[in-house]
Amino acid sequence: MGKNIMIVGVGGQGSLLASRILGNAVMLEGYDVKVSEVHGMSQRGGSVVTYVKFGESVASPVICKGEADIIMSFELLEAARWLPYLKKDGTIITNTQQINPMPVITGAAEYPADLVEKMRAKGVNVIAADALSIAREAGSEKAVNVALIGLMSHALGFDRDTLVKAIKMSVPEKFLELNMKAFELGEAGSAQ
Amino acid sequence: MKKLMLGNEAVARGLYEAGVKLVSSYPGTPSTEVTEAAAKYEEIYAEWAPNEKVALEVALGAAIGGGRSFCGMKHVGLNVAADPLFITAYTGVNGGMVIGVADDPGMHSSQNEQDSRHYARAAKLPIVEPSDSGECLEFTKLAYEYSEKFDTPFILRLNTRVSHSQSLVELSERAEKDVKPYEKSVAKHVMMPANARGRHVVVEDRLKELSAFACDCPFNKVVDNNTKLGIITSGPSYTYALEVFGDSASYLKLGLVYPFADELIKDFAAKHERVIVIEELDPFIEEHCKALGLNVEGKNLLPLLGEFSQELIAEKLLDKSAEFTALDEAIPVRPPVLCPGCPHRGIFYIFKKLGLYVSGDIGCYTLGAAAPLSAMDTTLCMGASISALHGYNKIRGEENKSVAVIGDSTFMHSGMTGLVNITYNKGNSTVVIVDNSITGMTGHQQNPCTGFTLKGEPVHGIMLENIARAAGVADEHIRIVDPNNLKEVEKVLKEELNSGTPSVIICRKPCALLKYVKHEPALKVDTDKCIGCKACMKIGCPCISVVNGKAKIDATLCVGCGLCPQMCPKDAIKGGM
Ligand SMILES: Cc1ncc(C[n+]2csc(CCOP(=O)(O)OP(=O)(O)O)c2C)c(N)n1
Ligand code: SF4
Ligand code: SF4
Repeated sequence: MGKNIMIVGVGGQGSLLASRILGNAVMLEGYDVKVSEVHGMSQRGGSVVTYVKFGESVASPVICKGEADIIMSFELLEAARWLPYLKKDGTIITNTQQINPMPVITGAAEYPADLVEKMRAKGVNVIAADALSIAREAGSEKAVNVALIGLMSHALGFDRDTLVKAIKMSVPEKFLELNMKAFELGEAGSAQ
Repeated sequence: MKKLMLGNEAVARGLYEAGVKLVSSYPGTPSTEVTEAAAKYEEIYAEWAPNEKVALEVALGAAIGGGRSFCGMKHVGLNVAADPLFITAYTGVNGGMVIGVADDPGMHSSQNEQDSRHYARAAKLPIVEPSDSGECLEFTKLAYEYSEKFDTPFILRLNTRVSHSQSLVELSERAEKDVKPYEKSVAKHVMMPANARGRHVVVEDRLKELSAFACDCPFNKVVDNNTKLGIITSGPSYTYALEVFGDSASYLKLGLVYPFADELIKDFAAKHERVIVIEELDPFIEEHCKALGLNVEGKNLLPLLGEFSQELIAEKLLDKSAEFTALDEAIPVRPPVLCPGCPHRGIFYIFKKLGLYVSGDIGCYTLGAAAPLSAMDTTLCMGASISALHGYNKIRGEENKSVAVIGDSTFMHSGMTGLVNITYNKGNSTVVIVDNSITGMTGHQQNPCTGFTLKGEPVHGIMLENIARAAGVADEHIRIVDPNNLKEVEKVLKEELNSGTPSVIICRKPCALLKYVKHEPALKVDTDKCIGCKACMKIGCPCISVVNGKAKIDATLCVGCGLCPQMCPKDAIKGGM
């Protein structure tokens, strides 16, 4: 078993922790892994993507159209933007938070309505939740990363213990309790 | 021990394990993290130089002095460092030396696409190219060994995908290297014609030796799977080809790209019915194969532009296209923007308001070129804002309607020589330095103005106003303003544009993302007062949108910088919630 996972969002939203947790979980499971990030210009509020690929042996670090098993998105429009990268039968896990891009702000374009419904109408598996509220409930907006990992846990198919261990490896001790709570709330959210 | 590491971190680990003593670099995406990671090793002295030419010269001096040294930069940095680069081939080294240069196919964060391999051939230096983090570490260490053996610097060519991908690497201990003895040798180190003529002979002889070495070296590898299809490739392209062809093709993977392993290449080509060269950017390997008289394909099938991927190779070589789902409607693009609270925002609004010709430069503030600010006429290369404005004004005489805008790091890199040119050659241009006390665009590196070194030690930061004074700008025309005070900025700008003498306006306010910058609570729009005129939206802050005809501020993003209330004619934007 191997999987291709994309983590997408808006530059500055801080998806680094999510990719670190995934990377650690995959190593614990003993797979070969490659993680590809984008630094630089797009970190200033642009559309950003991280690829996490694992399996027996991984050659290319990038994921192309129709290759992702899971797309985890920090923002709704970004989920729709990267949809073409999803495999048939793949799953999108998305935060329902909306951040307007500049063309929407200046009035040159509109933020498309009902994106979750439109993706589902195309036959795509979509798990959508307000991860920001989950994180707030857990104690801090910063826990969005781990809330989304919780939402993804079923689709990922790892041992729960592996994920918990990977979270422990990746977050500072003093934020562990808060993050574990966000993880559990996310997990519960995805089961619905 | 195995560790998941970024390509750039693996290079730094290679520097550590190879016993490197000195690193001097200038930041540039995607190369920056090599030097940042190297600085974390106590055993390595590491610094940010003001530009790449200085960095390379520092590293060469260290190598002549007998220590192993490194300098890192992005592709365009090598243009700046080209002068010392060419000389290194003549002087050779003493302690080993590696020059790391990271190309950016696809221009994720660059002003051009440029293939650094041409520099290796032009400067007659060996160049090696890893494909993943494991090779980043391995090749770096090997490069030091052979740098000393052949008495030449090695160029380590990185690439956005290799630099910024993590893969597993095997760590070893550091092999401490004593500083080698220094022996004075005028014939080797003093490059004047009589000596250089002798050294050029050495350079050509060395290239021949390296070319023979290339045919049997640990950098190159042949994977023989069949005789039908042979692929000659290097760097990340190897991983894409492997994903598409697996063991249905044979591979000649060139790790030492130049000088070419002629015999190896000829031998490989002879064994395969069809040979395709898969390389990003220019047909560097392909053209050499053709010069060898080999019948190879390459750019007749694959593009010269942009980044490759397994999808692209499958499409171009196997005519296979990807299957995917997409929504029917267009998804609005999300270009990068200046952060909420960015100190660069206000000045660009004023430039636009005054209708100025803006000679721009490279940094976060280049985003002032984008709508709705749209206040930039040119962005060329680092430092060119000031020098090009001088040329523009000598032709058009529009000193009262034009400015150069440049960041603090960029001014130190190569802007100050342009300023000297203005004062020396009787120019009257106005230069605006947007001093946010950091090198922002590349991810917040210290620079000579910030008061800290790369290793975090406090130093006496250089004051930009002192440089302006030393360059000959009169005291009363060196103005320091708070860029978030729009009235003041406009007033000072008008005064200096009309002063008829060279002037420097320093907009001083730290970048909003710096840890020590305290953010204010989000501001709020009083919907009773707001008339929906959208005046506040002219500054292009990503926090402000219009909902039901009234401005709305996103409280999760706003940092309370206080700029938008200055735009509102009805005093509708207020602090606190
Ligand atoms: C020759 C060269 N070296 C490096 C870079 C990468 N680079 C782009 S902008 C920049 C510096 C930006 O710093 P600053 O001028 O202080 O502006 P800021 O981004 O902080 O607004 C660097 C290093 C480049 N484009 N060209
Ligand atoms: S990083 Fe700093 S300088 Fe760059 S856009 Fe953001 S606030 Fe402005
Ligand atoms: S105060 Fe206004 S301009 Fe500043 S960050 Fe908030 S919304 Fe943007």
